[in-house]
Amino acid sequence: MIKKHNKLTKLLTMVFLTLIYIFLYLPIVVIIFFSFNTSKLNIVFQGFTLQWYGVMLQNTGLMSSLKNTVIVAISTVVISVIIGTLAAIGMYRYEFKGKGIVDSFLYIPIVIPEIVMGISLLAFYHILNLSLGLLTLIIAHVTFAMPFVVVTVRSRIAGYDMSVEEAAMDLGATRLHTLLRVTLPIIAPGILSGAMLALTLSLDDVIVSFFTTGIDSVTLPIYIFNKVKTGVSPDVNALITVIIIVTLLILLLMRTYEAKSQRKGRI
Amino acid sequence: MSTATTPEIRLRPNANPQRQHIPLSRLAPLILMVGPAILWLLIFVAAPLVYVFVISFLKKGTYGGVVASFNFENYLRIFDPLYLNIFLVSILIALATTALCLIIGYPFAYIIARASSRNKNILLTLIMLPFWTNSLIRTYGWIMLLRTNGTFNTILQSAHLISQPLQMLYTTGAVMVGMVYTLFPFMVLPLYSSIEKLDHSLLEAANDLGAKPGRAFLRVTLPLTAPGIFAGCIQVFIPTLGYFFISDLLGGGNSVLVGNLIKNQFLAARDWPFGAALSILLIVFTIILIRLYNHFGGRIENITS
Repeated sequence: MIKKHNKLTKLLTMVFLTLIYIFLYLPIVVIIFFSFNTSKLNIVFQGFTLQWYGVMLQNTGLMSSLKNTVIVAISTVVISVIIGTLAAIGMYRYEFKGKGIVDSFLYIPIVIPEIVMGISLLAFYHILNLSLGLLTLIIAHVTFAMPFVVVTVRSRIAGYDMSVEEAAMDLGATRLHTLLRVTLPIIAPGILSGAMLALTLSLDDVIVSFFTTGIDSVTLPIYIFNKVKTGVSPDVNALITVIIIVTLLILLLMRTYEAKSQRKGRI
Repeated sequence: MSTATTPEIRLRPNANPQRQHIPLSRLAPLILMVGPAILWLLIFVAAPLVYVFVISFLKKGTYGGVVASFNFENYLRIFDPLYLNIFLVSILIALATTALCLIIGYPFAYIIARASSRNKNILLTLIMLPFWTNSLIRTYGWIMLLRTNGTFNTILQSAHLISQPLQMLYTTGAVMVGMVYTLFPFMVLPLYSSIEKLDHSLLEAANDLGAKPGRAFLRVTLPLTAPGIFAGCIQVFIPTLGYFFISDLLGGGNSVLVGNLIKNQFLAARDWPFGAALSILLIVFTIILIRLYNHFGGRIENITS
């Protein structure tokens, strides 16, 4: 009797999990599927083709939106990792007055609704007379990504023994030398995960970008947002498919790298 | 700067709390390290928010922009039945989204947390994978599925289950699907981490003492995973109010949420003061929810929007 009951539970669990994963993957599968469709309207599947993968390269608007997305993402990662890592190390190493205020300050960009951050930056750029473009977009992305870098790097530092820093300085290393040769290599894994987080946040953003981008600097999601009402051509699906494949490859590489370094750590 | 206001610093290993004056040469590394981040937050977070707060008390200019004339009108306008209705609908949609995410997400997170560690990793990776694709792109996928001549209608019609295509896109239902879809992992992850931490022997104890599974769940599992439930609910509820692109794309003109209202004030209507007042209201709302969460023992570190 109990066995039968267990079997039924197991079956129901499997059905439940499968349904959820279908729900999660359906929109992505549909986009990929229609990137191979001969029809220009991507509504009914008429036949297999790879032509859209060639067409997308000729679509200048689409390609420039891809270029903007990459420029903004890389700039965001570089700037927010530099500023964020320095702050994380500084806040870990020193006690100072007002540290609590800085701490709660860091959480403001993390918890306020994205739309509020978007409109506040838009209004602020307006009084500074900054015209919207790549610069305003990068500033906005650094603003929401940097606090996440600080929090991530700091939580990773907390586990390390920082007395080696003092040892290095006792042995005559300068502060800068200690930072570059001792501290940074130790916290490198923390910095890497902070960088990955900043990259993800930048690539995934829609709302803040919507308010802080100019006509000449639209990113891929904003490009699609603007096109959806008039109709999106299948070459956009082709580009999304390429991006998904590249993302999967990067994740796979990261996994193998992580597994390798873990194995090394155990020996 | 007088010595009295010089911030005191000390290296962490030195636990001596005694006040000591530190020369600027030792203060320099601290300023160099933490300074840029503080400066950035002051300029690009604090100043813009203060500016929004200020313009929420000003008046709209004839050609957009703002005119300096102090008043509370923007806040009073929120009580206009038209806007109150938008607030009510938004809160109902956000509540329904949160409830759906919780009802589907809790058993889902429970199953994953109780799976073997190898399966656990696979299942978790499979949830995160779609979220490496931009949320707007995935919303576009839903449009392809839901529209009149979209995938669902095509399948249903060729199976002769329906003769006329169903209106699925541009409905409140479509908005709900989009919201639940986009915010689902924000519910599952905090739930998962709180269920995973749950000490299973407590349930065994409840069982040994004669509690039926249902009672054990209500009296042991549920209270112990409450912080995860609350964190998940906040992370779904607050963003739902602001995710204007989902209601724009999947709801058409039929569903105007607070996020759309704010967006329209800053773009189409160009009534910044009113948009600013609505944003301040949204911030106050967020702060109240987070305060409540902290009050019940939640930690702010577990909330990320």
